[in-house]
Amino acid sequence: MHRSSRTGLVLLLAGAAVLGGCAHRTEPIYQWESYQTQVYQYLQGQSSDPQKQIASLEADFQKIRAQNHKPPPGFHAHLGMLYASVGKDDQALQEFQTEKSLFPESTAFIDMLLAKANSRKNSQQDKEKTL
Amino acid sequence: MSPRQILVALAALATVLLATGCAAPAKSIDYAAFRTTRPKSILVLPPVNESPDINASAGMLAQLSFPLAESGYYVLPVALVAETFRNNGLDTPAEAQAVAPAKLQEIFGADAALYVKVTKYGTSYTVINSEAVVAADARLVDLKTGAVLWSGSASASSAEGLNNGGGGLMGLLVTAVVQQIIGSLTDASFTVAGTTSLRLAAAGRPNGILYGPRSPKYLSD
Repeated sequence: MHRSSRTGLVLLLAGAAVLGGCAHRTEPIYQWESYQTQVYQYLQGQSSDPQKQIASLEADFQKIRAQNHKPPPGFHAHLGMLYASVGKDDQALQEFQTEKSLFPESTAFIDMLLAKANSRKNSQQDKEKTL
Repeated sequence: MSPRQILVALAALATVLLATGCAAPAKSIDYAAFRTTRPKSILVLPPVNESPDINASAGMLAQLSFPLAESGYYVLPVALVAETFRNNGLDTPAEAQAVAPAKLQEIFGADAALYVKVTKYGTSYTVINSEAVVAADARLVDLKTGAVLWSGSASASSAEGLNNGGGGLMGLLVTAVVQQIIGSLTDASFTVAGTTSLRLAAAGRPNGILYGPRSPKYLSD
């Protein structure tokens, strides 16, 4: 091997060692897709079209499931909230249940929301009856 | 210098770089309460905004789930939490952050809450070019006792290269940023808020939060 090319090789190896030295790279726990962007748009009040956000998140979920990965915490609850906002209560409930089964830490909050929604619905029905 | 000397020098340099690159973070903050409490779930309260940019609170809030969840915590769905505050007449982040910890625990069932203050957000802070800067402070509070488990601050700028990450969660950021750019109509500040949120709230960083129970590195720090 020519001397200058050997020096080049050594340089390359040294570079690789430096770059690779800390690459005990963490695998992500979740596959995020557009979740953060959807949340951002929702929070900014760009939720005038919840159907579009639902479609985006459903497409994300298909992708995540196809790769056998997990959606992040909040993903299904956020989707459930969007379904509820367009009156699709069954799908909303299903998404909230999914959040709970994937993340039991969410149980107290989600049960509280569901109880509130139920009591609102019941009181509305009572009003309709009395009218 | 002979080639042999160059070789030795390079080897020494590589060793030094490796050693410094992977040095264990100097822990200067007190983790005693954190280690005792070991929260499983985190409620991110709507961030108080001290910047002139009206997107700051939403931008940080939307980005904070990533570092916390990837660090091993359950993060309560942030938009749903924000809605809950609004529906209960707490319209501003300051009002939400003023609720007593015990009350938050009762409503949301979370172990800890993250109180965030955005101090800089957007492009108005720079003179030379259209650099986007995001800076924030945060503290993690045990909702059962009200005790502060951890506090920190971080900032990031669009003028930095993104190649300063190395492994770990910072390495993940590159993927996250690329996804956002491809993703849709997001602005530079929102992307920079992602970097800030990682520096602020990811475990495995000097003076960062500890890994949570859903991380494979739980209890390793």
